[in-house]
This record gives sequence, C-alpha cells and structure tokens, in this order.
Amino acid sequence: MEPNLLRYIWRNSRAEQIRILFLVIVSLPFYYISLNLPKDIVNRGIQGRGFDGPMDTETFGAIPVPFSERIFGESRMLFEGFSLEQWQLLMALSLTFLGLVCVNGLFKLVVNTAKGRLGERMLRRLRYELADHLLRFRQSQLKRMKSAEVATMVKDEVEPLGGFIGDAFVTPVFLGGQAMTAMAFILVQSLPLGLVALAILVVQAVLIPKLRVKLLLLGKERQLTARQLAGRISEMMDGSVEVHTNDTSNFERAELTSRLGKIFEIRFEIYKRKFAIKFLNNFLSQVTPFVFYAGGGLLAIYGYMDIGALVAVIAAYKDLPGPVRDLINWEQQRQDVRIKYEQVIEQFQSTDIMEPALQDPDVPVAPLEGNISANSLVYTDENGDRLVDGVSFEFPLDSHVALVGDASSGKDQVALMLVGLVAPTAGHLAIGGKDLTRLPESALGRRMGYAGPDAYLFPQSVRENLVYGLRHRPIDEPVYPESEAAVHKWRADEAARSGNCLLDVNAEWVDRISAGAQDEESLDRSLIQAVSVVDMEEDIYRFGLNGSIDPEQRPGVAQDLLRARVALTERLREVGADSFVVRFDADKYNPNATMAENLLFGTPKSADFDVDAMADNPIVLRALDEAELMDDLVQKGFTIAQTMVELFADLPPGHPFFEQFSFIDADDLPEFRQLIQRAEARGVAGLGDDDRRRLLRLPFRYIEARHRLDLIDETLEREVVTARKLIAAAVERECPDAVEFFDPASYNAAASMMDNILFGRLVFGQAEAQETVGRAVTEVLREMDLREAVCRVGLDFQVGVGGKRLNATQRQKLAIARALIKRPDVLVINEATAVMDGATRARLIHTVLGYREGAGVVWVLERAAMADRFDDVIVLRQGRLMERGKYDDLARDGTTLPQLVDAD
Amino acid sequence: MGLEQEVAILKKIPLFARIDPTKLKLMAFASERMIFKPGQAVCRQGDVGDSAFIIIDGEADILIESDGGPIKVASVGRNDIIGEIAILLDVPRTATVQATSDLQTLKITKDLFFRMVTDFPEMGVEIMRVLAHRLDATNAQLRAAR
Repeated sequence: MEPNLLRYIWRNSRAEQIRILFLVIVSLPFYYISLNLPKDIVNRGIQGRGFDGPMDTETFGAIPVPFSERIFGESRMLFEGFSLEQWQLLMALSLTFLGLVCVNGLFKLVVNTAKGRLGERMLRRLRYELADHLLRFRQSQLKRMKSAEVATMVKDEVEPLGGFIGDAFVTPVFLGGQAMTAMAFILVQSLPLGLVALAILVVQAVLIPKLRVKLLLLGKERQLTARQLAGRISEMMDGSVEVHTNDTSNFERAELTSRLGKIFEIRFEIYKRKFAIKFLNNFLSQVTPFVFYAGGGLLAIYGYMDIGALVAVIAAYKDLPGPVRDLINWEQQRQDVRIKYEQVIEQFQSTDIMEPALQDPDVPVAPLEGNISANSLVYTDENGDRLVDGVSFEFPLDSHVALVGDASSGKDQVALMLVGLVAPTAGHLAIGGKDLTRLPESALGRRMGYAGPDAYLFPQSVRENLVYGLRHRPIDEPVYPESEAAVHKWRADEAARSGNCLLDVNAEWVDRISAGAQDEESLDRSLIQAVSVVDMEEDIYRFGLNGSIDPEQRPGVAQDLLRARVALTERLREVGADSFVVRFDADKYNPNATMAENLLFGTPKSADFDVDAMADNPIVLRALDEAELMDDLVQKGFTIAQTMVELFADLPPGHPFFEQFSFIDADDLPEFRQLIQRAEARGVAGLGDDDRRRLLRLPFRYIEARHRLDLIDETLEREVVTARKLIAAAVERECPDAVEFFDPASYNAAASMMDNILFGRLVFGQAEAQETVGRAVTEVLREMDLREAVCRVGLDFQVGVGGKRLNATQRQKLAIARALIKRPDVLVINEATAVMDGATRARLIHTVLGYREGAGVVWVLERAAMADRFDDVIVLRQGRLMERGKYDDLARDGTTLPQLVDAD
Repeated sequence: MGLEQEVAILKKIPLFARIDPTKLKLMAFASERMIFKPGQAVCRQGDVGDSAFIIIDGEADILIESDGGPIKVASVGRNDIIGEIAILLDVPRTATVQATSDLQTLKITKDLFFRMVTDFPEMGVEIMRVLAHRLDATNAQLRAAR
C-alpha cells in the first residue's frame, strides 16, 4: 500500500479535490463582497452619504465595463443601474446582503457536503483495502497478527482520516493564499515592519513544528499502547478459563494497571507539551503587534512612515493570525493522521500476500485430475527448523491416502501445503502436473475440501455454515423491484467510486449445482445426507424437534405434523404407552403441566403472559376473580410458602436445592417466614394486598404430578377450567395475538415441533416414559416420511459464537460435512477427528471413506492404527518419509508403522 | 398420594426411622416419584447403579441371573428399600429387580443422598447406626453358622 498519506489521498481523489478547490475559489468573491457590504449599508443607506436631500437619488447596480477608463479614457457602463431614493437604496442594499448571506451559506453547504462525501469515500476505500489485504495474507502472516488489534486498526484508528481527507488540499491552498496576500500587503506598505512580521512567522513556522516532533512521537506511542490494550483485553477474554483455573485474575489486574499507567503517562505528557506549545505560539503571535506599535510608532513619529499606512499594516496583520493559526492546526492534524496512517499501513506492508489475480472470482475452474505429486518437499518454519524435510510421493487424485506419524512428524504441514495454506520452502508440489502454489484459490477452494483440527464455525445457522463452502461467486444477479432499483444502482456506483468490491452480497451466492442440487429443497437434502455421513443426523433431528416452524411458510409440514399428532396417539396405544403422554384437553386439568399452562391453555407469545408475569396480568386477575378462584389460589400459595419455609429453613443460602426445587429464593425466605406468621395470626383473608399478591405468584409454576403437595382437588380443577375459558374469551377480545391457544386441530406456531406432535405433557414419574415416547415419535415421523422435514428445521439451529452452542465433536463433524458438500476432487482431513472418542472416530472414518468411494481423500490421522482402512499409507518421522505402502504390508514388514501402532 | 404419605412411608424404613421428619420431607420433595409397570425392570444385575428406590406401593421380584436363566431369590413390597448399597458404594447391581404389579417407588439418587448426609450430619450418624446393626446381625449369623 502507498506509504505516503498525502500521495495516497491525491492519487485516489484528484478529480474531486480539484472540483472542491474550484468551488471554493468561485465562492471567494461573494464572500468578500458580503464583507464589504455592511459598511455601504451604514454609510450610504442609513447615514445617507451622497444624498443631498430627501428627494435626491443615487444609482444602484451600475456595472462598469472593466478597464474602460484605461482603454477609452472615460468610464463606460455595461448597465446604467437604477436611480433610487435613500430608503429604496437601503432596502436594495439590505436585500443584496440577504441574497449574499444565502449564496454564501449555500456555497458552504455544497463545499462541506462535497468534502464530507470525499472523506467518507476515502475512508471506505482505505478500510476496504485493509480488509482486502487481510483476505489475501497468507497464514504465516496472519499468525503474526492479533485479531483484536487488527480490528481496532480497521475500525478506530483510520476513522480520523475521514475528517482530514476533505481538507487535505483545499485548506492549505485556501488559507495559504489568504496569508500570503496579507503578508504581501504588509511588505508593500512597509518593508522593515513586513520583514519583522515575516521573521516572526518564520520562527513560528519552523520552531513550532520542531517542538511538535516529540509530541508526534508520543502520539505514535499512544496509538500503539492503546492498540495493545485492545489486544490484551481480548486475550483476557479468550483466556478466561485459564485465568480462573490458575487464579491469575490479580496478576491480570496488575498487568492491566501497569498498561493503563503507561497510557496515562503518555497522554499526560502529551497534554503538558501541547499546552506549552500553545502558550509559545500565542506569545509569538502577540509579540508581532508589539513590534508594530512600538517600532512602527517610532517610524511614524520620525516621519519614515505615514500613519495611514501603519494603520493599514496593523489591520492587515489582524487578518493574518487567523489563517496562520488554522494552517498550523492543519499541519498538526496532517502530522497526526499521517502517523496514524503510517502506523496502520506498517502492519499491512507484508510481502507475504497473494496476488489479487489468484482470487479472481471469474477464473474458469476445471476439475482436478491426474496425480498429486510431491518432489523433495521442504518446509522450514520461522525458527529455521525443517518440519518437512525432503518428502517425495505421488498418488492418483482419486485414491484414499493416510498420512501417519507422531506430533513432530510434519504430517500436518504436508496437509497444509496440499491445500495451499502454506507454501513449501523448497521442492515441488503439483496436482495433475500443475504447480500447486500457482493454482488460483478458486481451484483449491472449489475443487478441494479441507477440515482442520480446530475448525471455525460462523455464528449462524447449521445450514448457513454448511453452505459456506459453496459461496464462491454470485450465481445469479439479484432482481430488485422497480422501486428499489435506483437505490441499488446508487449503492453499486458508490461502491465503485470507493474502489470496493463490485459483487452484490444480495445475489444468490450458493452454488447448488456443485452440491448436486437444483433447488433449496434438494440442497437441504444434500446437506442432510452430508450430516448423516459425518454421523450427526440424529443431532440435527433433535435440534429440529426442539425448533419451530412458521405454518404460513410451510403449511404442508404443519399439516403433516398434525397428522403425526394423531398417528402418535395410535402408536402409543399400540405399545401400551398411551398413559405416558397426558394430552391437552380444553375441559380438563392437566396435572403434568404447570398451573400457568392450565390457566392459559396455550403458549404465550407476549411476555405479559409468561409464567412469571401471569399474577400481574389484569386479564388473568379479572378471570380469577370471576371464576372465584382468587382466594383459592392465594390459599394454595400460602400452603406452598409454608412448605417451602419448612423444608428449606435449615439450608444455607446458595444451596443448589434452592435453584433446583424451591419456589422461593433463599433471599426471600425470611420475608415469607414473617408473611406466614402474619397469615397465621390474622388468617389468609386478613392479609394486605401486597402479601396476597406475593402468595398468588407462587402456584403458577406448580405442577401437581411433579411437586406432589396435594394442592389440586376436583373443585379447583373445575374452577381452573372455568377461569381458562374466561381468560381465552378476554384474550380473544383484547389482545388476540398474545397467546396461541392449544387446539387439537391446528398447528401451534409458538410451540416447538415436539410439543406440537405430543400435544400434551410427558407424564411425570413413569419409568422409561421419555425413552418410549421419544422412540414412538421417531417411528411415527419416519413412517410418515417426516424425518427429513424435521431435520430441515434442525438445519436452522443457530450454532452460536464460534459454534459454542455445539460441543467440540459436533463442530468438527460439521466442518467435515462442510467440506463434503462441495463434492471436492480431493478431500483433505487434517486431524479433524482428534477431539472425538475412538468409536466415533472409527465410525466416521468408515462412513466418510465409503461416501468418497472413487473420489480422493488424504487423511492425516492422529492414530496410526486407523490407517488400515486406506489404500495407501505414508509414514513420516521427523519430517522425513520413512515408509509407504499398504497397511498390512507395512504392519508386517515395516519398522516405523508398527512402532507407531504400538505407541498408541 | 402426596408428600405427607411419602414421609410416613420413609419413616417406616429402618434406615430413615429416626431421622427428623422435616429432613425426610425435603428428601421426598427433592426426589422423583417413579412408577413401574408389571414386568418392567427397576434395575438390572451388572448395571452401574446411581439410585436407590423406596417402594411405596406394589410388589417386585429380586432375580439373580444364572446359566439356566434368572432365579427368583426374594420378593419385596411396600416400605422396602432396593439398591441402597449402590448409593453408598460404586458396585454394579447385584441383582435384577422386576416389578410384578404396578410398582410405585420413590427414587433417591446418589447425589441427593450424599447432599442430604453432608448437610445434615445427624442423618449420616443414623445411617451408620443402621449399618452397624446389620453388620452385627451378619456377624451373629456367621457365628451361629459356625
């Protein structure tokens, strides 16, 4: 990247800079006229200079022919002007003034807008170029950079540049011009005074920047320390487990304190120097008038200079400090952003970067064929250690090859070289006779699949993560509706002006064809097939059951699930397990559901109807009153409170039982104890409203079958059913969207698929109920061909930041599935199964190899014994190829492989 | 049947007989009620056990696997406790228990049991007393057998 900031700005914004400069110059005459006009208004318009009497007139708006007196000897007029009386002249002058105010304001608006746009475009270009570099850096370079520091650079450190870029050329030209005019005027009026003023100016211009050098160095340091602080904070977050398990939080605090202290010292030093320089600068500016008054005065007294000229000089000088100060400010800002720019650019100057052509999206990509061949392959790391040392091999692209060796064998480096992530230090690596290091990323990224030991998942759905490997280039241009077309066109043009990428992110990027699919549905089918190959279909199925669908978007699936609901009843009856699920019945109390669910008989869609909000919901309260249930529920709340206080009284606060079992927080227990004493003294009916409300909140989470406090009798059940109907009617009337009611004949969009199929609650306390019902659900769904529909919903599961909602095995499985989906010519697996247990790993290798029958696989194995399933085994030790051949032969006659197998 | 009845049953079991009813109530509240159908196995010989079961109602057979198939060695019923050894020691189940009628039990997990003993040491002492009694009885039987 261009190391010089001003050159960078000029090269990328020349035309716009010149346009703005031109605008500024055009605006100047109007500005000067508007400065002169007030004097005219006072002198002629108000004081009436030039008017002899009330009826006298003056000309206004006469336009003389330029230089006419010199050419013709007399002044001639282009336009004779109007003859106006004094009041008319005053109005005319004032209106002209108003007009100029508008013109000047508009000029300012246009110029500032243009500057702002220019600055923002350049900022956008710069940020894009930095990010573009990140996308082109090779792994070795990226490993040296800290992600948090790079993020601060791209986001914060270049930000001030945007404000400066618009002023980069306009300001010095404009202010410099002003200052030079004034200076020239002073020099013409009085050479000695002018020279003195000039001398002081030169001192200011030379000395101040000199003093600022140290300031700039400090600024540089400030930026570096702030960047490191960002990096350190992210290290603290990433290493939080280590911090806690090693009790190093206080060490981290001390470390942080020392860093903050250093930043404080630097910043305070900057302040001190800044104000010292300001003081000096102001002082020098004030010294010049002193010279004018004292020196110029003497000259005037002794007649070397007339007083008029002296006054003019002083007036001219008064105009001078403004532009000079602004120029000095500009210079300071320039230095400031120059340093910021250089500091950032420095990090991006690595030569370890790919040529843009290697990432060209439109390069035609032919399938890879022939052999993979390595010839005296060497890889040396930064310390000069030869991790791979003269390895040669050749095998057909479609064979299944295992690379085995211990941790220092260099097997993983070979895999990284195979997919082009690191370049060989020496030797030759080729696919089908083509040098692999010269292959464009499109050939490697589209025709090869890779899964490493610690795969990254993007914080999106499972589906998005799986199709990530298909987003190489836009497949179709996006079609925008007529009304939005103009906006999108503007966006595209603006991107082009800032030198950004011209591809539209809204286009269809997923290359379904290369996954062997035509539409979304068949793509999903391919995805589900791939997750089956990596032994993760069951997980996705379970995600699906806990997920929900929008029945409006997938009416077919919703209908099918309703049929599954009916079929499940049938199936449960067949296996004698119909008592394991207690269905929702509009006329019955369900003892396996909470009181809240029984009252609402639906799934809350609005937070007002959540379990914890029910006791404060006016609709619910009204219904409880009407059903004469209120007193009963308060009484039940009292019984619960009594039991809880009795049971939990002796437990220390913070005991896990509180969290697991109690209806009352440990903190609230003492208050409830007092409340119970009050109730025992006065009766529950005699309690105040607040106390009653507290008790009322308790029964909503109560599940009779689970908590077994014998609270629910037939009368109460009847009352709850009555209240349920009252609540339903009120909700229907007042807020129909707040609750999705249970209805045996319709799909409940607010509930999970599993809840929709069950349409009830699992019974508590029946041995093996969950397993039996789960099995029945699975069977029913499979028989109705609905398993795929459930899995498709499972693909919507959000994996969380870095895939943290999945376990490590699931993450690695998904990474392998992602590599499988693009149906690569060669699949390279680099110890991606290291986190898995032995049985899972063996199953996975078996199914993946089966699925890749006839297509290439290179697998770096963490255990040598696994290599028996491969056609060809390459054994490495200390970076050298020790032996190679069929597993059985090597296990019998080899030396290294048997040792490795024994060592496992 | 609610918590109070469960507590009444727990009190009839020697292991818990002398323990403060409030503690028993907490234990009952924190444990799960588990119902087995006739023929369902409560636990299987050789499995790793992590809970004991207290029979509230119904009956079950205790079976020991042999080469000729399972042999019934005893039957258990109301107020009996099954599998208490498994929550004290990490040993596999020594027998299979199969429900012969609708069997209502209270499932006491190892975690729950140890937490109760830790929080209420007097409960541990009670249990020691019961176990010592059993040991004494076993010794007496041994002496008598010799």
